[in-house]
Amino acid sequence: MRNWSMGLRNLRRYPSLVAGIVVIAIFVGVSIYAVIAIPYSQATALWIGGPSVTATNPKNAAPAWFNLFTSDKLPSTIIVDSVAGAGTKTEQTLDNGMKQVDITLPFKYTFNRFPTDLRLYTQLTSAGSSVNMTASWLTPDGRTVVLQESRPVKASDTYYIAQDLDLRVRLSGAAPQVALLANPQNHGKALEGNYQLILTVEVPQTATLDSRLVVYGQVYGMAGTDYRGRDLMVPLLWGAPIALMFGLLAAVGTGVLTFILAAIGAWLGGKVDTVFQWITQVNLIIPLLPVLILVGHFYSRSIWTMLGLVIALSIFGSTMLTNRAMFLQAKEAPYIEAAQAYGAGNFRIIFRYLIPRIAPTLLPQFVLIVPTFVFLEATLAVLGLGDPVLPTWGKVLNDAYAQGALYKGLYYWFLEPAILLMVLGVGFSLIGYSLDRVFNPRLRTV
Amino acid sequence: MRGTILRLARYGATRAIFLFLAVIVGVYVTVMIANMGGALDKMRIAQIEEEIAVSVGLNPANKHMPPDQLKALVDAMVQNQIHVLGLDQPFFPKRSFQYLSNAMTLQLGWAEHMVSDAGSRTVRLILLERLPYTLVLFGTANLLLFFLTLFIALFLSRRYGSFLDKATIALAPSSSAPGWFYGLFLILIFAAVLKLLPWGGLVDAPVPATTMGYGLSVAKHMLLPVIAVVTSTFFANIYAWRTFFLIYSSEDYVELAKAKGLSSQEVDMRYVLRPTLPPIITNFLLVLITMWMGQIVLETVFQWPGVGRVFYQAIQFNDTPVLIGVIVIFGYLLAVTVFALDFVYAVADPRVRIGASGRR
Repeated sequence: MRNWSMGLRNLRRYPSLVAGIVVIAIFVGVSIYAVIAIPYSQATALWIGGPSVTATNPKNAAPAWFNLFTSDKLPSTIIVDSVAGAGTKTEQTLDNGMKQVDITLPFKYTFNRFPTDLRLYTQLTSAGSSVNMTASWLTPDGRTVVLQESRPVKASDTYYIAQDLDLRVRLSGAAPQVALLANPQNHGKALEGNYQLILTVEVPQTATLDSRLVVYGQVYGMAGTDYRGRDLMVPLLWGAPIALMFGLLAAVGTGVLTFILAAIGAWLGGKVDTVFQWITQVNLIIPLLPVLILVGHFYSRSIWTMLGLVIALSIFGSTMLTNRAMFLQAKEAPYIEAAQAYGAGNFRIIFRYLIPRIAPTLLPQFVLIVPTFVFLEATLAVLGLGDPVLPTWGKVLNDAYAQGALYKGLYYWFLEPAILLMVLGVGFSLIGYSLDRVFNPRLRTV
Repeated sequence: MRGTILRLARYGATRAIFLFLAVIVGVYVTVMIANMGGALDKMRIAQIEEEIAVSVGLNPANKHMPPDQLKALVDAMVQNQIHVLGLDQPFFPKRSFQYLSNAMTLQLGWAEHMVSDAGSRTVRLILLERLPYTLVLFGTANLLLFFLTLFIALFLSRRYGSFLDKATIALAPSSSAPGWFYGLFLILIFAAVLKLLPWGGLVDAPVPATTMGYGLSVAKHMLLPVIAVVTSTFFANIYAWRTFFLIYSSEDYVELAKAKGLSSQEVDMRYVLRPTLPPIITNFLLVLITMWMGQIVLETVFQWPGVGRVFYQAIQFNDTPVLIGVIVIFGYLLAVTVFALDFVYAVADPRVRIGASGRR
């Protein structure tokens, strides 16, 4: 016990230990925040994605803070929604019993670069049959472009302006999302100012019409989005609790179990020890990662299956050999002999005398294997064997790698999860290496 | 002397038999896992049915056959194929032991879907074709790692507490990330941004005509993966070995050797390096073992045509014989490593007496 308290009192003298603890504390804080701010069901729903959650997100958008470092300002997504009260809506009764609805959706564009997509979502209620809509585009310098003359609109309609081939031809082959916003004097840049999208529809008296224009930007949020338009902030935040959980549970599971079993084997000797040695030798032959890959591919990718398997296959690993060697040495100590002499039982000797003596020396190892398991989760994810529903750093890395983020220059997509993994790993390593110096005094004196 | 040799031989034989048994059990466990309680067989039968149905349907000779006759033909062919592949035999015990005995005698059989670059379907040729690439890459990386870290550690232990020593120790936490992780960073820096080195693969396309050019091209492609492997354990190895050297260089016999006036090089070689060799070699061999496993992702990331990549491809093709073949080879290599470990210990450390009945 004295060994422990003395070690802990000395912690202050090791700045790298303090640094490591601060790093891990930050990740624990982020984890708690993530779990509270984005509940589990919401996080998985956001990560699985689909039109209901990512409809208005731009794809492959960089983080918004990119604009701090670029001379040309990249646009963020602009949403103009008449339901939310944006724009003006005028209704006017016509002679034929119908009414004409005019919706003007204005937005101010303050960026030099072009949007990545333009879409117009229209909701029409109790109109009976489909009606015809005219959409025109008004630029800040007063030009008017008719987007579509009479577009048939049913109950709900999505007009993909950027994919309108007819419009593209009329804009002399330029992509609509570029041509509609281009500066006539300088085609490479967008024209800043107030734009308007004007809709004119003739509908029955009882019908109501609402419209929403989405100008998809090139930047999004603090973390950007991936190829499916999912906000990367979700996996970056949620990756922290998952990585911590996987790493810590696997490390504690294997570390503590190996440790106790090694103590029991070394102390009891005889048959128990032989059996343990046998299991260890067989286990050394079974390659961990290939077996994990087999199970992941053919059976289940659940993170719990993987965790259980990792622990089961690592208990009798090579650490068993080193731990056993240490216990074999420790059990020769005179005080163990003394304990035996006064009649202490096996249980008492193992848990009161052997384990506490070796624990401080092995504590650094417990901490140092945590990053190994954190990266193991990422390794499985990069092989496409990550948990199917959980948003983890490894899965972001996998997406980035599989979608060629490095080829396409979408470096943020790869760097964000990679740096988080690295910092977490280094945090645990800093603690582990400092503890090594604290608890192994032989290193300090030489 | 003769007694020693006899003892060594007896010890070696028992160890070899034991390790062979361990390999058998290990491979059998893998065979059982690879079968997944029959799930794999169902998948394979479904695949066979589909392939035969398509090939029969596409055959113009069968165009005017009535549907029930066509179905009977397909069924007969499916049954035949199932029989040929032995899928009608129960997996346990018969087929699993067949897999095991074939695997242990290295009759790795035929791949079901995969084909080697030379066009062969034998698992042995598929693996043998890839093995040299794995050995070249990881052999280079490991030897480099071993000797570099060993001598840097020895150098640093003599300059304990110097700036260089402290700086190296401060970098030890960098070893928490695996090789493929550094690989991605290296690809980002040297291939994507600087465009200096290739993204991955083995040689340039078109393949250089001369042997010299070929070698240079392979070396260029090997550079990033080797750096990735080395970086991933470089500083941790230095740290671990420096620790050993520091502990051993404070032993009394080292002090005595210094007092005798031996040069520092002689002291290092004879009194520090010699007794620390066993842990160093253990470490090296254990690193080798983990390398064998870690290479699957690294080879995938760098598109390196090695054994690890074959394993990954085999999983995607559901090719059981190739999967088992890879694991058998892994198993044998690990067993040989462990076997070598025992003997290396005896040779390197005079205090260990192999096979002696000193063990309790």
